[in-house]
Amino acid sequence: MANKKSNPPKMMVPNWNLFIGLVKFTLCAIIMAFGYLLLEDDINEWINRKPLPIGDINKRSSTSDEDDWNKTVNGIHLRSGLHADPNLQVIIGACTSCHSSKLITQNKATREGWKQMIRWMQKTQNLGDLGKSEPVILDYLAKYYAPKEEGRRQNIDVEAIEWYVLDLEE
Amino acid sequence: MDSEQSRSRRTFIKSSSIASLAMMLGTPIIYGSNLSSGDSIIGEAITEWFDLPGKSSELTVLNDRPINAETPAHLLNDDLTPNDLFFVRNNGIPPNKVDVSIWTVSIEGESAKNKKAYTIADLKSKFKTHTLNLTLECGGNGRSEYNPPAKGNQWSIGAVGCAAWTGVLLKDVLADVGIKSNAVYIGYYGEDTHLSGDPDKDPISRGVPISKALEPESMIAWSMNGQDLPQLNGYPLRLVFGGYPASCSGKWLSKIVIRDQVHDGQKMSGKSYRIPCDPVAPGAKVVDEDMCIIERMPVKSLITYPKTGALIKQGTRLPIQGHAWTSADQITAVDYSIDFGVNWMACKVSPAKNKYQWQRFEAEVEIPKVGYYEVWAKATDSDGNSQPIILPGWNPKGYLNNACHRIAVKVK
Ligand code: HEC
Repeated sequence: MANKKSNPPKMMVPNWNLFIGLVKFTLCAIIMAFGYLLLEDDINEWINRKPLPIGDINKRSSTSDEDDWNKTVNGIHLRSGLHADPNLQVIIGACTSCHSSKLITQNKATREGWKQMIRWMQKTQNLGDLGKSEPVILDYLAKYYAPKEEGRRQNIDVEAIEWYVLDLEE
Repeated sequence: MDSEQSRSRRTFIKSSSIASLAMMLGTPIIYGSNLSSGDSIIGEAITEWFDLPGKSSELTVLNDRPINAETPAHLLNDDLTPNDLFFVRNNGIPPNKVDVSIWTVSIEGESAKNKKAYTIADLKSKFKTHTLNLTLECGGNGRSEYNPPAKGNQWSIGAVGCAAWTGVLLKDVLADVGIKSNAVYIGYYGEDTHLSGDPDKDPISRGVPISKALEPESMIAWSMNGQDLPQLNGYPLRLVFGGYPASCSGKWLSKIVIRDQVHDGQKMSGKSYRIPCDPVAPGAKVVDEDMCIIERMPVKSLITYPKTGALIKQGTRLPIQGHAWTSADQITAVDYSIDFGVNWMACKVSPAKNKYQWQRFEAEVEIPKVGYYEVWAKATDSDGNSQPIILPGWNPKGYLNNACHRIAVKVK
């Protein structure tokens, strides 16, 4: 049933398709290289995505003031809510992708206690191996989020109470 | 050191452009917090404002990712806790798109005689609808007081609430599917997702012994206080078990398994929702094998009026009000003390409409002289159990703190 006549006659013409293809490819490569140069940082960052610091999204995307980003008040790095430290970025990178830093700042433990929490997250919550960062992270946590000596039951925190007048019938 | 610092600085600044990129691409960054202009720093905490969907801004937010928020005691004075004031304990990310018309819950498992799936409309038409007032309390409520500190969200006193839940009895649905005689446990699965984004991992999948599942107060509920469940409390369907840690009451419920063994889902093992089988000294190391699953919750109470910090005039009578709850049949007494436990006086206690509803107590307190006072409340239940004044037994994850509630009052 096949119609042999439909086969085009073979001719010795230069392969324009191949030539045009090559030109297109080169142009694309140049454009991409340009694009990469322009967006290099963001692309790299996107590939090795670091977890975002917590805080206000709008501020995060609009701010251009570098200092704002690293602002520290009373030893607390405002953006992340974590204690300021030269190694802070390691902790932000490793510990704030799944949950906010509030889970860290609420807790207090010894170095061993923090290690146990990390092992628990590794065993049950998909936390990966922290490699060389682990001792850095543990030192940081044990330094700033250590348990305080307390009795079996604390006094009511009288200083923290907002006293108000309650009018009652005599 | 310097270059190290500036490098990390750069990384930090650059992550801002990633945030905007992520937003442009529509990657959801949910539940971002808004620092208000009046940012203040108290101790180590940054005071931030959060918009939790369907929730009052008066809740105390312990964590915004995942969302965990508790209710200040004085906002729990209603007999039924309003939906926007009901605490939130999320382990993962709630589903964000819910189509109620196609939502189903399937019942299966080794000890189920059949496998059946029900839409919410099926549940409403096939089974009798019930409304019960049930108290839910997080097993970790009160954790913040333990010493040495216990791990997890540092709940103070407000991870508790009582609502009117409308739905069907779990026992009716389980009977429709058929329960084999070897059934020992039920487990639940919900449609929330794990924080790591891993779709194959459950944030939480717990359950209760079959005897608890068959109690006449154990429910599959679609409504809370006459409204749809709040998104953060399990919309559109959840389990409700009064008297057990609230983590048993699975939210965004899509599957129940009838098990021939103790359910082994996420957060059923290790130290999660477990306490040492035998009491241990504070700070003791306990191996996982020596930890037992928490079942019944202990007797407890809260003073919900007045708010702590009242300044009152000498010669006035101070009315106090609150709620007491237990996993036993009922609360039999609530006593208060204004002299640090030396003398105790009885409060009037109202009966509950059904088991596991919290019960209102009230009293008129006469304070003889000027000075600083604390009002303490202590409930007793029909099992004869009462509340400790200091902390109950320490445990590694800080569960079951039912120490009596204290408020401060000054008389001038
Ligand atoms: C892969 C995801 C992931 C990463 C990364 C991660 N965590 Fe977690 N973490 C979790 C999950 C899931 C929970 C349980 C959250 C819940 O139930 O509310 C958790 C809980 C915690 C808790 C509470 C522990 C408890 O016993 O309840 C602490 C503290 C904590 N994380 C600290 C950290 C620190 C410090 C790091 C950095 C080393 C970190 N997390 C990194 C997933 C992660």
